[in-house]
Amino acid sequence: MTRVLIVGNGPSAHRLAETLTSKGFAGSVTILGEEPRGAYDRVALTTHLTEGRDLAYPDIPGVTVFVDTKVVSIEPAAKTVNGSIPYDVLVLATGSAPFVPPVPGRDLDGCHVYRTIDDLDAIRTSAKTATAGVVVGGGLLGLEAADALRGLGLETHIVEMSPWLMPRQVDEGGGAVLKKHVESLGLTVHTSSGVLGIEGGERVTGLRTPDKGLIEAQVVVFSAGIRPRDELARGAGLQVGERGGIVVDDGMRTSDPSILAIGECALHDGQIYGLVAPCMTMAEVAADRIMGGQAAFTGADLSTKLKLLGVEVAQFGAMAGALDVTYLDPVAGVYKKLFVSDDASTLLGGICVGDAAPYTTLRSFVGAELPAAPSDLLFSPTAVELPGDAPVCSCNNVTKNDVTAAIKEHDLTDVPGIKACTRAGTTCGSCVPLLKKILTESGVDTGSGLCEHFAHSRAELFTIVQVRGITTFTQLIDEHGTGRGCDICKPVVASILASLHNGHVLEGEQAALQDTNDHFLANLQKNGTYSIVPRIPGGEITPEKLIVIGEVARDFGLYTKITGGQRIDLFGARVEELPRIWRRLVDAGFESGHAYGKALRTVKSCVGSTWCRYGVQDSVTLAIDLELRYRGLRSPHKLKSAVSGCARECAEARSKDFGIIATEKGWNLYVGGNGGFTPRHADLLVQDVDTATLMRTIDRFLMFYIRTADRLQRTSAWLENLEGGLDRLRQIVVDDALGICADLDAQMAAHVATYADEWRATLDDPVKLRRFVSFVNAPGTPDPTISFTTERDQIKPEILQVMSR
Amino acid sequence: MTQTTVLETAGERVWEPVCPLPDLLPERGACALIGGEQVAVFRAHDGSLYAIGNQDPFSGAYILSRGIVGTRNGEPTVASPMHKQVFSLISGVCLDDPGTVIPTFPIRVTMGMVEVSVK
Ligand SMILES: Cc1cc2nc3c(=O)[nH]c(=O)nc-3n(C[C@H](O)[C@H](O)[C@H](O)COP(=O)(O)OP(=O)(O)OC[C@H]3O[C@@H](n4cnc5c(N)ncnc54)[C@H](O)[C@@H]3O)c2cc1C
Ligand code: SF4
Repeated sequence: MTRVLIVGNGPSAHRLAETLTSKGFAGSVTILGEEPRGAYDRVALTTHLTEGRDLAYPDIPGVTVFVDTKVVSIEPAAKTVNGSIPYDVLVLATGSAPFVPPVPGRDLDGCHVYRTIDDLDAIRTSAKTATAGVVVGGGLLGLEAADALRGLGLETHIVEMSPWLMPRQVDEGGGAVLKKHVESLGLTVHTSSGVLGIEGGERVTGLRTPDKGLIEAQVVVFSAGIRPRDELARGAGLQVGERGGIVVDDGMRTSDPSILAIGECALHDGQIYGLVAPCMTMAEVAADRIMGGQAAFTGADLSTKLKLLGVEVAQFGAMAGALDVTYLDPVAGVYKKLFVSDDASTLLGGICVGDAAPYTTLRSFVGAELPAAPSDLLFSPTAVELPGDAPVCSCNNVTKNDVTAAIKEHDLTDVPGIKACTRAGTTCGSCVPLLKKILTESGVDTGSGLCEHFAHSRAELFTIVQVRGITTFTQLIDEHGTGRGCDICKPVVASILASLHNGHVLEGEQAALQDTNDHFLANLQKNGTYSIVPRIPGGEITPEKLIVIGEVARDFGLYTKITGGQRIDLFGARVEELPRIWRRLVDAGFESGHAYGKALRTVKSCVGSTWCRYGVQDSVTLAIDLELRYRGLRSPHKLKSAVSGCARECAEARSKDFGIIATEKGWNLYVGGNGGFTPRHADLLVQDVDTATLMRTIDRFLMFYIRTADRLQRTSAWLENLEGGLDRLRQIVVDDALGICADLDAQMAAHVATYADEWRATLDDPVKLRRFVSFVNAPGTPDPTISFTTERDQIKPEILQVMSR
Repeated sequence: MTQTTVLETAGERVWEPVCPLPDLLPERGACALIGGEQVAVFRAHDGSLYAIGNQDPFSGAYILSRGIVGTRNGEPTVASPMHKQVFSLISGVCLDDPGTVIPTFPIRVTMGMVEVSVK
């Protein structure tokens, strides 16, 4: 039985083991890796910090993996490693190590590299006691590292030797546009700048440059290139390249026929590959060879596409050519360039910044005849129909025909389905938009975006608005959407803008985004009239205020009903009556109850320990405090809450988005409950906490929900879909696993500080009041089609004639 | 500012003033009462004006002027605030149920005043 021993447990090693197993390899497969964990998706490394994503690859059945096991020597004659572990075939998949330039101070506390999960955890720890960070190197990985530092709340600098960023992927023009993007995110870019040294005592205090002086920082991340880890091979006398890398042939064989090398440590035909796709191909070639096949690695193209916070950068094929066609939109920050042959018929390559659509569609045309005029291709590349044999996913060698066939054969309807069947899109993910397009071409409705105007989900739009500091719908749709919006995307954007900026919902352009309820700050009813719900915090109300509500209802002839949220709903008001009704209510001390908005509705309460014989805490006071804290908070859907004074749960708190039940020691917080169409009991998030901790936890829970939920997704569905569920939520909002709690806290503090009653502000503003008329050309005239009959001594709408169709 | 051009059949059209143009918020509607007829008037983002009947044929309520204005495949639309059916502002056709059509009316701006013709 052949014993395959793999050194290193990165993506290449994992793919090799997986391929061997899936092809039915009869021998044994053992992996030795020095990291303290199994193989994981290094390409997505940054999401470990930004989203806390679990990057681990699934275990491969039948493969033995040793973690925390470094190989220090190979004995080729004895066919062993570390002096005793035997092999028949040894595969080196040791990857590469970050290059740290030999500058003074590079070992100080606070200096890091960006390669492993441990590196990122260490960076996170350092960032906790830092305010600024510098990344040395402005290439692909450097920008990713900078993005991560920014995400950790540091003022972030990038120092790059070349005159522009990402010199390997873009030319000077693209670099200029990229720099603008990066700077608009608040990062400071120093190009054409070297590093003299790192300064500090024990801990880093700054980075000294030759001509830009000292950049103060407490964290430094080196990302100045990678070096193949060929030290084992050198020690064993294998042939290595002059500038590093283990020399291999087309079959991945090193100078010792029993030893192969794959991935970033391998030097093939004078070339090291620092991208994951060629590494995967090498792993598959090696698997085939081990099983007696004749597969060959013949080089790979170094096309790249990546996305850093909404900024797409891509490069494919050659970076020069006889002719080039450039599209530059400095305002939107888009730069696209195609290189073509001197007769303008053959595509040689291209560079994209700000919009990578040409990459996805045109990459497969490199070296082939152009499918349309170059300028058309730059404008609307997605219109291009791909040929069937065009490679769609180069990481996994999947063609368009493969995908189409899989869709038909397995009735696939979404991208995850295609991923599972074909592996396309499972590695670098850059072909996912193309997969969606093929799905659509195959007649499947993909619908992952919000609507026809935005290809983004609500959560994605939230990030875009937040990160890019967008303040208007027009700016958002011009830069990230198409058309002029609709009744789906406009209210979503209105809600995001309100959550982030908390201005008046009827201010300026915002007014046009609101659906009719938000537009008139009241709830539309079936006959075109509106209902009104003043806020009654915690359901507690004085007799005087009750009388005011009664008088207003009587004077305007409104129908009154007690709601399930412990307040009073007044029905049957005409548009033009709303300001007059609210004038009376506001003068009596009422404010908007936001019954019309996707916002906090009520915090219901039982009477609690003040009156009840069983009560253990003052549920009414807490309910009022919570309702006043979160009033006006715009969210993906309505939010309901309740507080019960003891475990008897008279307030039905567990049917709410967040419910609180008093205990002898404090409060239990339950989240994700729902009444309505699909009832769900809320889950216990924290137990026996004091009031301050409770509020802080609710603050974070709500803000995290607002950031990440889909349109019209209640907390119950959101929690059920959250990867890692309740435990993950607890890690994020209690243990700060993502390092975002300070941000969430600040956001809620801003909401609380800037809250203002919408109705009072509207009454004070003649411009906003002007919309409250039935007819613009006859402001005094009521709508003649609205009429009422009576039932049980109150009004009831007359049934409307529905037009015959 | 673009404005809808209306081919006049000489002398026959009666134009009714609705409101000064600045009173129409971009991408928001307003309702005018013209000879007993309720007309919803809209001003799109690009400045174009549209006039349609104000009654939502599905609920019977007179509320289309309070819907959200937008586009569908480039065509200007309004969504009923009652049950969200979308209507073309150009043709009055309900894009979610093309068998249902609501009336449309000519609209123009004269000396800063929005005018609609219902006959
Ligand atoms: C932040 C980041 C972002 C990236 N983004 C992209 C991207 O968008 N697109 C793209 O194509 N590529 C990207 N890459 C590159 C990609 O991750 C690599 O190409 C890929 O990881 C190479 O896989 P590998 O298995 O060859 O090497 P590695 O991933 O480096 O794995 C090698 C493993 O071997 C272990 N090892 C080394 N020596 C020994 C020893 N003596 N004993 C035991 N174990 C040992 C190492 O600890 C390591 O775990 C990115 C890389 C990083 C760091
Ligand atoms: S929940 Fe407890 S405290 Fe509140 S009313 Fe019921 S029994 Fe009393």
